[in-house]
Amino acid sequence: MGDLLKVAMPKGRIYKQAAKLLRSAGLPVPEEIDDSRKLIIPVPEMNMEFIMAKPVDVPTYVEYGVADIGIVGKDVLMEENRNVYELLDLGIARCRMSVIGLPDWRPALHPRVATKYPNVASQFFREKGQQVEVIKLNGSIELAPLIGLADRIVDMVETGQTLRENGLVEQEVLFEITSRLIANRVSYRMKNEPIQRLCDLLQDTVTQRA
Amino acid sequence: MIRLTKPKVFEKPTGVRDYLPEAVAQLRAVEFRVLECMERWGYRQIITPTLEFYDTVGVASSTEDKKLFKLLDRKGQTVVLRSDMTAPIARVVSSLLKEHPFPVRLSYHSNVFRAFEDEAGRDAEFFQTGVELVGDASSEADAEVVALAVASLRAAGVKSFKIAIGHVGFLNGLLQETLPGREDDQTLLKECLLHRDYVGYRDAIRRLNVSADAARELEGILRLRGGQEICEQAVHVTKDETAKAAIGHLCGVWDVLKAYGVSEHVLIDLTMIGDFSYYTGLTFEGYAAELGFPVCSGGRYDNLLAQFGRPAPATGFALKTNRILEVVGKERGEQPQRVLVMYTAGRRAEAFAAAAEMRSRQGLLVETRLVPGRADGAGSADDAGRRVEALADGTYRFQGILYHNVMTYSDK
Repeated sequence: MGDLLKVAMPKGRIYKQAAKLLRSAGLPVPEEIDDSRKLIIPVPEMNMEFIMAKPVDVPTYVEYGVADIGIVGKDVLMEENRNVYELLDLGIARCRMSVIGLPDWRPALHPRVATKYPNVASQFFREKGQQVEVIKLNGSIELAPLIGLADRIVDMVETGQTLRENGLVEQEVLFEITSRLIANRVSYRMKNEPIQRLCDLLQDTVTQRA
Repeated sequence: MIRLTKPKVFEKPTGVRDYLPEAVAQLRAVEFRVLECMERWGYRQIITPTLEFYDTVGVASSTEDKKLFKLLDRKGQTVVLRSDMTAPIARVVSSLLKEHPFPVRLSYHSNVFRAFEDEAGRDAEFFQTGVELVGDASSEADAEVVALAVASLRAAGVKSFKIAIGHVGFLNGLLQETLPGREDDQTLLKECLLHRDYVGYRDAIRRLNVSADAARELEGILRLRGGQEICEQAVHVTKDETAKAAIGHLCGVWDVLKAYGVSEHVLIDLTMIGDFSYYTGLTFEGYAAELGFPVCSGGRYDNLLAQFGRPAPATGFALKTNRILEVVGKERGEQPQRVLVMYTAGRRAEAFAAAAEMRSRQGLLVETRLVPGRADGAGSADDAGRRVEALADGTYRFQGILYHNVMTYSDK
């Protein structure tokens, strides 16, 4: 028995895929966790403890070291810019960050961009030398161009289904997104052996899947 | 956020804090123990000014420009609040201590200032306790500083900790070997490692169009982490002279650390590079169990002193004292005994003499208080607040404060 690993797991969409990945790596993630509402779930079989977190908070828990490692989307990592180790591309929850607009979009004189990712969006347009007003929204971003709040949005696109149904088109891809395994700066050193072992195991599984 | 009103009277600027007596006691205790430890190793404490010129210490310091607090002095010259103690000490060693023969060993405990600190906590003012060893380029000197960091963490009361050591020369040499002349690509890979982005590092290698061997070599360094065996592994990884020299140096340091008897606390990590524009050789970082942030960092900076006109190799480290308080703060040291001396005006001199005698003893805190009438307040039912209450555990409570003893000097 080595050290107990505290793992920040993202609730929701990514959790199911992450659990599946861990299981296909041979780790005995108990089935009953999937629908549990508990926030802290001991998994003694794996010498781990799962901390069920809102995905956007995963890097924060890991940066402060209350979780040793975590699973989180690259979108959140780019937006939050937390001081953590990004150890492994897990290849799950694959999607992309894109600029989206109406099909008849023309460059506006005072362009406005609505997004859940204000840091990512600001940086992207700044680096392109464009001045845009970035408006932070917390959900249903696709509404913004439809009702005239913004002429474009920056958001995650998985299948493009929502975009099609709302008559929007993808204009440009900022970057590809997958979920990542991240680690706390101190845990990565103090608990290096179990973290490295898990990392190697997952790396093999990810390579096989690809 | 836009502020339309003046701050409330009790507000403070972002990132600064008050230290209440208990916190000060903890801070002082750690400061005292650590400085004493450093003194025993021959490092004597120095104090430098809070303000320095931007053009000298400000520019030379390893702190990013945007993180420096800048002000204008009376002549309109830009000054900075010191962001660390290394650059001020380099200035002193090159000026006031110019005639002092090398090596120079100095220690400090000081508040330093950073605007926009990225690290969680984001303090704008915090304490550092550390040393600089100037004028010795040997692996003995590097090991001495690491061993002293171990001793200082122990002295501070940190129980379980590890120190990871690396060497910027290894990575520089390896990159020069695998990507000869491709400075931009080298910087890209270093940036990835500096930001701890191993995914980005591997991606970059794949995109870089290098031979399969070179790619394997570059990816391999992500695993060069562990004990002495890493030295042996790393030597076979590269043929580059700079990298080989770095490994040789690290192995030398490891041998010295073994002789110090501290190698159990140390691990080698060749991916740890620190600020590569500043450090020139061995770098290290200390980690405590139960704390998510490093507790100390240091390394060799052989180019700094030249900026002050006295070129010399130098190495040192700083403990992040505020972080250490979070680990050791939970256990409290021996508390002094509080004594209250109450007296009436007629017996003032007698009471003060008794207080003075007790104050000359160790471990006693003596407060005095003038009371009208009978000093113990007994009988004055009209003023219950002035009554001393004897508690079951043998202590006393007076006006909400606990005392180990209460003495009364009242008129008969």
